[in-house]
Amino acid sequence: MIEAVGLTKRYGDKTAVYDLSFRVRPGAVTGFLGPNGSGKSTTMRMILGLDNPTAGAVTIGGYPYRKLPNAARQVGALLDAKAVHGGRSARNHLLSLAQLSAIPARRVDEVLRVVGLQDVAGKRSKGFSLGMGQRLGIAAALLGDPQVLLFDEPVNGLDPEGILWVRNLMKSLAAEGRTVFVSSHLMSEMALTADHLIVIGRGQLLADMSVTDFISANSADFARVRTPDTEPQLREKLSSALTEAGGHVLPEQDGALRVTGLPLPRISDLAHEADVRLWELSPHQASLEEAYMRMTQGAVDYRSSIDQKAGLQQLLPPGAQPPMPVPGQGQPGWYAPPPPQQGGQPFAGPYGAPGAPVAPPGGFGSPQGPYGAPQAAPNPYAQPAPAPAPGPAQPAPAAAPVPAPADLTKPEDAR
Amino acid sequence: MAVVTQVVRSEWTKIRSVASTVWTLSLAVVVTVAVGTLLSGLANSQFSKMPARERLSFDPTNISFAGMTLGQLAMIVFGVLVVSNEYSTGMIRVSLAAVPGRATFLFSKIAVAAALVLVVGMVTSFAAFFLGQAMLGSHRAHLGDPGVLRAVVGGGLYMTLIAMFSMGVAAMLRSPMLSLGILMPFFFLVSNILGNVDATKKIGRFLPDQAGSHIMQVVPRVGDDVPYGPWGGLGIMGLWVIAALAGGYVLLKRRDAQ
Repeated sequence: MIEAVGLTKRYGDKTAVYDLSFRVRPGAVTGFLGPNGSGKSTTMRMILGLDNPTAGAVTIGGYPYRKLPNAARQVGALLDAKAVHGGRSARNHLLSLAQLSAIPARRVDEVLRVVGLQDVAGKRSKGFSLGMGQRLGIAAALLGDPQVLLFDEPVNGLDPEGILWVRNLMKSLAAEGRTVFVSSHLMSEMALTADHLIVIGRGQLLADMSVTDFISANSADFARVRTPDTEPQLREKLSSALTEAGGHVLPEQDGALRVTGLPLPRISDLAHEADVRLWELSPHQASLEEAYMRMTQGAVDYRSSIDQKAGLQQLLPPGAQPPMPVPGQGQPGWYAPPPPQQGGQPFAGPYGAPGAPVAPPGGFGSPQGPYGAPQAAPNPYAQPAPAPAPGPAQPAPAAAPVPAPADLTKPEDAR
Repeated sequence: MAVVTQVVRSEWTKIRSVASTVWTLSLAVVVTVAVGTLLSGLANSQFSKMPARERLSFDPTNISFAGMTLGQLAMIVFGVLVVSNEYSTGMIRVSLAAVPGRATFLFSKIAVAAALVLVVGMVTSFAAFFLGQAMLGSHRAHLGDPGVLRAVVGGGLYMTLIAMFSMGVAAMLRSPMLSLGILMPFFFLVSNILGNVDATKKIGRFLPDQAGSHIMQVVPRVGDDVPYGPWGGLGIMGLWVIAALAGGYVLLKRRDAQ
């Protein structure tokens, strides 16, 4: 059992972790999620007594780490796969750690076999790949057969086989009644591995719940409805009809509607009653990744932004429209880069249809932002033929909506 | 106590399993002995041409330790690497997660490294003495002569203390480049200059290497007005070492481990 109470860590005037309280229980894999720089590693280091908290405390089995009797036999940790003297062999590295905690030397060969490094045990670790380094780090964590295990980003650099192995290892360790605390920035990985989730952003607790709760709370079903692009008034009409019937309607970035709260047949009936033709009516499920991104989007420290190239670009001639940024680049509320817009294709969405209203720009930046993004699965029906490869004149497929009038691209730039 | 034994065993594994240990220590032995032997041979052949003043204060024991100035640099590198490797590789986090007691960790590590340096230093010192004396022919000193054994044992102690001082400095600075960048020029140049320029002589002679190296002198220099004896000098060096180690420990205890 790991218990943090009001854990706070400041480096100078930067607060890395603020008032974090949580419990990590035995017998389960607890995922520790957060964007880069959100304080995951700092928290892990504080758990291990490596960093001193500015305020608050964290204990393992009731003891602060530095007071824990025989700490190395109770707690195993993988913090940094590269924390190995490159000139030392894997076996000697583990042997020195084993001797530190009075673990018999034969245990070293045992854990080397467990992680599959027995054949390179005598090799200097500087020649190891990142994945081999992770395996060596996991071996070090397993050395003392500890009841509490901490892993900081254990699957980084591992191949699919290794990822699967780590996943099963975590589960089996937890099944033996151990406390397993795994950090990651990949929700998809945690959804498969963890039983419980602790999500932090900017060093603060965002969620502390079981994975099942997280899934049921966050992955709502929705329907995507597309009306003819050529007749925007139909879209408005359907929108109000659906809202009247109790549905929740959100415009999507490409002009489709995202409808929640109404079953698909009902949507179809309502459209029929309103005399609106439909181009698309499809069931969807928001991914966990998306739910996680929505949760942490306000807390992302390092966000990519549009390269302004100030002073590097020639001024555009008057009247020329600036190149449209690739959707999803550096804009809050964009999660998955949408598929390339096939400019000029009649079915490709609003850009191909002059005059079609574009969803209000506020919708993208607002907390509902994510709904604007997920186009991960391009609508197969709306695109009867794959677009021809962009010509050399087109720098990027996503910047392709050349026929779009200038005013349509304005909302993009306005943000 | 059990923990100390564990840490000592672990540190020994760490030290013996990296190539830099063998390289730095064997370099220290070879350089110290070779330069000492060479200069002893040179002194023997040039003795008759020396001015009378120098002949009066000719110290056959000390001349065989002439390689110490260079050899100590390899010892400094060893001392720095033993400690700062933990930081440059990130091992420090793994080590401290296994041994939460900062004092146990640091002092066990330094004890293991110092013990190894003491053995190597003594071997170096005796080898440099006997080989040097063999080159000096009729001008040679004998181990039984007054003060000679003290000087030879002192040579080994001097090497140990200089390595321990480097370990303390490295524990404070953490970075191997920074530590070496300060220690190497200091002991090779700055200290010598301060100790030989008249204006700074009075301060320079209290620097760790200047004070400590007095232990290796048997015949005092003519007009030498150093206010401490050979053991006093080594004591001053010991105080420097204690200060460096204490500083390293306080910083290790206070700082986050990274």
